Amino acid sequence: MSKKELNVSALQNGTVIDHIAQGQVERVLYILNLPNYDDQIYLGANLDSKKYGKKGIIKVSNKFFEPEEVNKIALVSPTASIIEIRDYDVIKKGNVQISDEIKGFVKCVNPNCITNHENVPTWFDVTDKKEIVLKCRYCEKNTAKANIEFI
Amino acid sequence: MKGKSLISINDYSKDEMLRILDIAEDFEKQPHQPILSDKVVSTLFFEPSTRTRLSFESAANQLGARVIGFSDANSSSTKKGESLKDTILTVACYSDLIVMRHPLAGSARWASEVSPVPIINAGDGANQHPTQCLLDLYSIRKTQGKLDKLNIAFVGDLKYGRTVHSLTIAMCNFDTTFHLISPDELKLPSYVKQHIKNKKLEYHQYRTIEEAIGKADILYMTRVQRERFADPIEYENVKNSYILTKNQLKGCKENLKVLHPLPRVNEISENVDNTPQAYYFQQAQNGVYVRQALLATILGA
Ligand SMILES: [Zn+2]
Repeated sequence: MSKKELNVSALQNGTVIDHIAQGQVERVLYILNLPNYDDQIYLGANLDSKKYGKKGIIKVSNKFFEPEEVNKIALVSPTASIIEIRDYDVIKKGNVQISDEIKGFVKCVNPNCITNHENVPTWFDVTDKKEIVLKCRYCEKNTAKANIEFI
Repeated sequence: MKGKSLISINDYSKDEMLRILDIAEDFEKQPHQPILSDKVVSTLFFEPSTRTRLSFESAANQLGARVIGFSDANSSSTKKGESLKDTILTVACYSDLIVMRHPLAGSARWASEVSPVPIINAGDGANQHPTQCLLDLYSIRKTQGKLDKLNIAFVGDLKYGRTVHSLTIAMCNFDTTFHLISPDELKLPSYVKQHIKNKKLEYHQYRTIEEAIGKADILYMTRVQRERFADPIEYENVKNSYILTKNQLKGCKENLKVLHPLPRVNEISENVDNTPQAYYFQQAQNGVYVRQALLATILGA
C-alpha cells in the first residue's frame, strides 16, 4: 500500500479532493466554504504527483458535497478529482466537470457591468471549456481564467 | 418577434433583421399610420442621448402611441437610490413597452429579465445599441440596393466603437469585404476579427483613408478621441489622417456613400455635406423608420 492510499484511507467518513492544481488549495477551500467548517480538515500542498508534477489535496471529515458545489472547483483546478469515503472505503470517485453555465458565484471582470453595481446575480456561459472563458450574459464581455474572482 | 425584447443585435437572426428592414421600408413610404393609438411607450433615458430619444419618440408619435418617460437620471427616482429592477417594474405598470438607455453594460438584459413588458435597448454603456445597427443596415441596403458582396470601409476608432463592432458582426452575414482604417492604437479588436475569419471573409487594414477610399461602397466614419491615446503626441500626429474632406472623394466609386452614427465633431469636413456621397443625415432619418418597424412588430400591430 502506497503512502498516498494510506492517507486517503485514514479518513473514516468524508470527501477527499485530490489532484488540486498547484497553488490552488486555498482558493478551493474558499470556494467550498470550508474556512467556517468545524470538523477535521487535512490540507496538503506541493505534494509530488506522477501525473501533474505538484498537486494539492484536501480531506474533509464527515462532509459530502453536491455535484454543483464541487464542480465550481473546475474553474480553478480542472484536474481535481473527488473521492467519497464511508467507513474507510472509497465508495465514489470522479473528476470535477465544468458546467455549461456558471450562476452566481463568479464576479464579472467588467467594472461597468450591471452585476457589479446592482443586486444582480452574475450569469455566464462557458464559451471555452479548455482555456476556461466565461461570457457574461449581461455585458457580453469575457472573463478569462486568470481573472476569475469568486463572490 | 412579437412581445420579444430587443437587447442585442445578436438576438436577431439574419432573417429577422431583414424582416425589420422590409417593414421599415413600408413605413418610409407611409410614415403616418396610427396603428398604436391604444399603446403607451416609455422612454427611460438614465443618461442623456437627445438624438436617440427624439428618434424613438418621433417613431412612436407617428404610429399614434402616447409617450411617457424621462430624459436623464437626475429627473428619475434612480437619484434617490431606487434599483433598476424597481424602476422597471413600476414603469411597466404604466406602459406597453419600454425603450431604455443606461450607462451600465448589461442593464438592458437585466431589465428584460425582470420586466413583464418588452424592452428595446437604446444603448447599454459600451455594450450594445441594436437599433443603430439596424438603421445602419437599412441605410446600406437602401443606398446600394443590396447587402451582399459590398466593400465596407470603417474609419477612425475601431477599437472602442461599439457601432463598428455590431455592424461588422451583422455584415458578416452578407459576404462583405472589410477595409479597416485606423491608427495602430485603435485597431479592430481580435474578437470582432474572429467573426470575419469564421465566415471566411476578407479584411484589410490601413492607416490612411486614401489607401482604401477607391475600393469602398460604404465609408463609415467614426471619431478618433484624444482620451483614447496614452501618448498625446501620438494623437496630434494622427488626428488629421482620420478627417474626411471633399478632396478625398475625388476618384471614389460612383455609388459610394458616407455614413456616420452622429453626432459629428470634426471628423467629416462640412464641405462634404453637399456632395452626393454625404448620407449621414438621411441615415438619421432612416432611424425613425427602423424604430417604427420595431415598435410595430414588437407590439404586434
Ligand atoms: Zn458582465
